[in-house]
Amino acid sequence: MNGVKTSKRTQHIREWIIGKFLLASALVSVFTTLAILGVLLLEAVSFFQQVSIVEFFTETRWTPLFEPQYFGVLPLVWGTVLVTIIALSVAVPIGLGSAIFLSEYAPDRLRRGVKPVLEILAGVPTVVYGYFALTFVTPLLQNFFPQMIVFNALSAGLVMGIMIIPMVASISEDAMLAVPQSFREGAYALGAHRHEVVLGIVVPSAFSGIVASFILAISRAIGETMIVSIAAGSTPKLTFNPLESIQTMTGYITQISLGEVPFGSLEYRTIFSVGLTLFLVIQVVNLIGQWMVIRYWKRY
Amino acid sequence: MLYTLCLVGILVSLVSLATLFVDALSDGLPWLDLQFLTSFPSRFPEQAGILAALFGSIWVVGLTALFSFPLGVGAALYLEEYSPKNWLTSFVQLNIANLAGVPSIVYGILSLGLFVEALALGRSVLAGALTMTLLILPVIIVASQEAIRSVPRESRDGAYALGATRWQVVRGIVLPQALSGMLTGTILALSRAIGEAAPMIAIAALVYIRFVPTGPLDRFTVMPIQIYNWVNLPQSEFRGLAAAGIIVLLAVLLSMNSIAIFIRNRYQRRAR
Repeated sequence: MNGVKTSKRTQHIREWIIGKFLLASALVSVFTTLAILGVLLLEAVSFFQQVSIVEFFTETRWTPLFEPQYFGVLPLVWGTVLVTIIALSVAVPIGLGSAIFLSEYAPDRLRRGVKPVLEILAGVPTVVYGYFALTFVTPLLQNFFPQMIVFNALSAGLVMGIMIIPMVASISEDAMLAVPQSFREGAYALGAHRHEVVLGIVVPSAFSGIVASFILAISRAIGETMIVSIAAGSTPKLTFNPLESIQTMTGYITQISLGEVPFGSLEYRTIFSVGLTLFLVIQVVNLIGQWMVIRYWKRY
Repeated sequence: MLYTLCLVGILVSLVSLATLFVDALSDGLPWLDLQFLTSFPSRFPEQAGILAALFGSIWVVGLTALFSFPLGVGAALYLEEYSPKNWLTSFVQLNIANLAGVPSIVYGILSLGLFVEALALGRSVLAGALTMTLLILPVIIVASQEAIRSVPRESRDGAYALGATRWQVVRGIVLPQALSGMLTGTILALSRAIGEAAPMIAIAALVYIRFVPTGPLDRFTVMPIQIYNWVNLPQSEFRGLAAAGIIVLLAVLLSMNSIAIFIRNRYQRRAR
């Protein structure tokens, strides 16, 4: 390797140092997780010394920036849920349909042409989607729903759904491609039509992977920030009407970060309490997802 | 019948993407000129430009690349070449996979508490770069691990048989062959970082920056934040500016992705 003869001892020391450097790099990830938990918990604990946990989780009003101050996180959580439901109702059928098309119906050349397009869709920054939601989708929808105001859950949800389609499509397609061809051929041999094979054999066999894609999509939708900050509004409320403006957890965090809140104040600490709630919700969703994947996993 | 439904699904995806691009292009092209690229933001739309944000993005991404590449490659090398296959290693792997799923705004909150406040780095380029490093590190680690795994066992075994030490094998055999995959993964991760607004908003906060950063401790803004700011302004001219900013951002993204794909195609090892 190099021409200089190094002693065995120097070499051992050098190997040991390099090994420790590399170990340190790997431990950065552990440090990151601990740091996230640490920062969120520390600030949240200070927050909960001034606001009772009961109020936080049961009060139905969120008005930290107004008088009187209410600190009920439910409207924010509900805003997130509402937008996520709308997004999923777009992404699941279209994503799954695209995946079925690509894996079961499309000729090879078509699939090779379409897959990069889906990857591009996945790589577009979310700010661009937010712009699209506000300047194109909302005016378009206002033609159909004149009572819809500029900031609303529906536009944001629809565009978020479009953003998530590639995730659902790509993972579901991989899951379906993994189903052995012999399964399909056996069904055809018994006289099944293509749609019977797809819906009765392939999709159930790939169920674990398909469910994984849904869970990932939910996770992504919950954590998404830009689309909702731009298009969904900043008025936290508990409503079933998607034509109204709402606020999500992520939208609130953005709003407060851009405002003139002093460091260390109670309002500033809401960033961390809402952030902690967001983090915990995502962890729970991921855990449910992992449980479901293990439950339905079939090995081929 | 199912076929038609699925076909509709694919078409909707393609049409949405096309509409997105056409919309941004048609709104933004009229505002895209040299003056736009060389001016600072302004209250007057005709004089506003993206210079501060462009340089801010370059600074942040540059520093992020500097930090994240060695850390990511180092971690991947450790996990693949050095670590014993025990529960601790599995735990670290699981942890990395978990981190990849944490929303980017949580990284912003983390940095706010850790880098901006606790380590007193302020709302600086350095804090922004450290945030981005942590954000994309899981992606780089996973991509690098894939690249390392693609190096055939025989290459390593041959070197060990000749008496090479672990680091000699890594440096002389594994790294050269895995490098292109690692670079591709890193560039793709960096191109994702350049488009991230949420964590940067949590850190940079101010959106009206009228200077170019000259050092890592300066305040800054990045392109996604500038676009976000313009989108939220009521006057319709600022929408056009936002669209022009989007075009610049997408152009930068496209170039970075092209470089990554070029590297991948040119240097990819022929699979056996």
